[in-house]
Amino acid sequence: MELSGGEIVIQSLKDEGVEYVFGYPGGCVLHIYDAIFKQDAVQHVLVRHEQGATHAADGYARSSGKPGVVLVTSGPGATNAVTGIATAFMDSIPMVIITGQVPRPVIGTDAFQEVDTVGITRPCVKHNFLVKNVSDIAETMKKAFFIATSGRPGPVVVDIPKDITDPNIKVPYSYPEDVSMRSYQPTVSGDIGQTRKAVKLIQEAKRPVIYSGGGVILGEASEELRTLCHTLQFPVTQTLMGLGAFPGTDPQSMGMLGMHGTYEANMAMHDSDLIIAIGARFDDRVTGKIAEFCPHAKIIHIDVDPASISKTITVDVPIVGQVKPILLDMLAQIEGLGETFDRARIADWWNKIEEWRAVDCMAYDMNSGTIKPQYVIEQLYKVTKGEAFVTSDVGQHQMFAAQFYPFDKPRRWINSGGLGTMGFGLPAAMGVKFAHPEANVACVTGEGSIQMCLQELSTMLQYDTPVKVINLNNGFLGMVRQWQEFTYKRRYSHSYLEALPDFKKLAEAYGHVGMQITKKEDVEPALREAFAMKDRTVFLDFLTDTEENVYPMIESGKAHNDMVMAPSSKYKKGSS
Amino acid sequence: MSRQHIISLLLENEAGALSRVSGLFSARAYNIESLTVAPTQDPSLSRLTLVTVGSEETIEQIKKQLNKLVDVVKLIDLSESFSLERELALIKVKKTDAIVNKVEALSKDSSAHITDETDGYLIIELAGEKPWLDDLLLSLTDDILEIVRSGVIGLSRGERALSL
Ligand SMILES: Cc1ncc(C[n+]2csc(CCOP(=O)(O)OP(=O)(O)O)c2C)c(N)n1
Ligand SMILES: [Mg+2]
Repeated sequence: MELSGGEIVIQSLKDEGVEYVFGYPGGCVLHIYDAIFKQDAVQHVLVRHEQGATHAADGYARSSGKPGVVLVTSGPGATNAVTGIATAFMDSIPMVIITGQVPRPVIGTDAFQEVDTVGITRPCVKHNFLVKNVSDIAETMKKAFFIATSGRPGPVVVDIPKDITDPNIKVPYSYPEDVSMRSYQPTVSGDIGQTRKAVKLIQEAKRPVIYSGGGVILGEASEELRTLCHTLQFPVTQTLMGLGAFPGTDPQSMGMLGMHGTYEANMAMHDSDLIIAIGARFDDRVTGKIAEFCPHAKIIHIDVDPASISKTITVDVPIVGQVKPILLDMLAQIEGLGETFDRARIADWWNKIEEWRAVDCMAYDMNSGTIKPQYVIEQLYKVTKGEAFVTSDVGQHQMFAAQFYPFDKPRRWINSGGLGTMGFGLPAAMGVKFAHPEANVACVTGEGSIQMCLQELSTMLQYDTPVKVINLNNGFLGMVRQWQEFTYKRRYSHSYLEALPDFKKLAEAYGHVGMQITKKEDVEPALREAFAMKDRTVFLDFLTDTEENVYPMIESGKAHNDMVMAPSSKYKKGSS
Repeated sequence: MSRQHIISLLLENEAGALSRVSGLFSARAYNIESLTVAPTQDPSLSRLTLVTVGSEETIEQIKKQLNKLVDVVKLIDLSESFSLERELALIKVKKTDAIVNKVEALSKDSSAHITDETDGYLIIELAGEKPWLDDLLLSLTDDILEIVRSGVIGLSRGERALSL
């Protein structure tokens, strides 16, 4: 089969099994767009801004486990995509981003819409390529998908000069079955000796904690994690990225840990004598003050990326490899111990955890006349029976969603944890909808964040991807305001949003349903009404309490046992 | 405790591979004292040698992060093995009797020699281990008109080799 470069790009996607490409056309990708026009195996989704394309592909990837694909033009197309590429990179999301480049003869001449895409994206991709010959396109595409989806996943950029996509230059095409690269061998299996050492520590631990992260979801190891946790009967805490890998409603779950984690999770980490870290990377929002992180604990760390081991926290037993086989291996060893594995030894530890739990650290003022953001999330949970896909933006609303919507399944909670990208939520929700057309999808957002990628409401109408937008409108860049309240004596420097749009009308202008909810008693009925409109995007603008805070909070630089507690909790100073 | 390490890499000889390595050092705020790179006998591979300083933990991270780069094929920390290191310096000085005598004396137990003489100016070639070179250059500071150093290169001794 002889194909042009443009056709090869699209045929490669088809052979890779790609269903959707999120993109935006421009001069340098016109040949590729012409190739798209002539086929219908690969569906193109025309976004309204390239950032939207990357987040949509990202949401698709996070919710489905398949790589997300983006196509943008050179210059501003590529630079607009950078935020979304960096977002995916920080959370290890598999994506392939195809960027047009100016024709080879003019590269380096400051040609119209020329930027050094490979240079600009280098620090925020797993890898990138500038393709120099039409005969290299197919193999490069194969490599891009291989690198993006294997090992620790991540985004890969393929930069393609316009002249090698010329429809008049055809070359023989065949898509490689597989590729091997001498410089990239991602499949490593965990060292059995290390697993044995880990199991020994597990047998001896009196105050163990399982600390699991997004790597469990990326490594498709939720089932194995559940079995392991249930076999051990150890308490479990999950990172923001890991929520849902272990069921949030399980009695063994202590909820999230870290800056806005629960009292019980953070206290347990602090007092623990054994931390079993699984697919988690000891992010600074999780560890708090490094010098006082888990002072009494030995640490086991399972991760596919050797560079994650002992990066900030020195660990005692590192196990490098794919999470799933390592967990299976551990399980087999623990089951082999039979009756000799003594669970009674952690009874005291569970008693202690129950005491911490009784503090009810996330309690909020239920009698308040205002709409509390926590209340909205609780009602959302109720109305969707805890089964929705929930995307979020970044801010207080994100933390409230993470705290008050316990996820029982992996890939249901979709948020930008590492980069913390405002504007992520709405396009990500659209991407989720492409992967799961029948599912309920909610985007929990704030009036600040939603305005950063609002234009995708238009795409959502065009492609009929109904999402429920839960706008927790507090009139503030709430998370910024909270920090200013705590550390800048309430000097609310530029965190108040004046002249907000009428979101109801705005949604209507985009052809969707808009609702504004101002009374607490209307919250649940409004949600029911919105979710009953199965095939409509509904924008629910909840006017919430303006100065509610996210509790508990570990202020930056503080240790796990040094939390600011909710005024409504039963916490008494010095009671721990 | 901070210590100097010489790390050698085999790198895919691709455009941009070098900037991945140097970009990693600037992005992660690692020290880099010298860096030198050239193709090997296999034109698809370059050998890159870099000298860096850091604590054991930092050096561990540097090696892991380097290994993670898709273009890095293989890596060796020469400081961990019995290795041989060399650095080349060319210096330009005005020709004086004192200098000529000094180089002559040096040439008895080192590779130092005068490699060019033009219009009363000399280029002296010095090759040796970095500490030796550092000391020697310090003693010549006042005479040096121009200097260029290659950066350190090295090989492990004996059978052990950084090759595919
Ligand atoms: C693109 C981007 N710019 C700035 C920030 C810093 N930031 C973090 S949270 C936040 C406030 C978000 O406000 P809003 O969306 O209204 O959410 P709220 O905290 O009020 O729930 C800001 C500005 C960010 N995370 N992302
Ligand atoms: Mg807000």
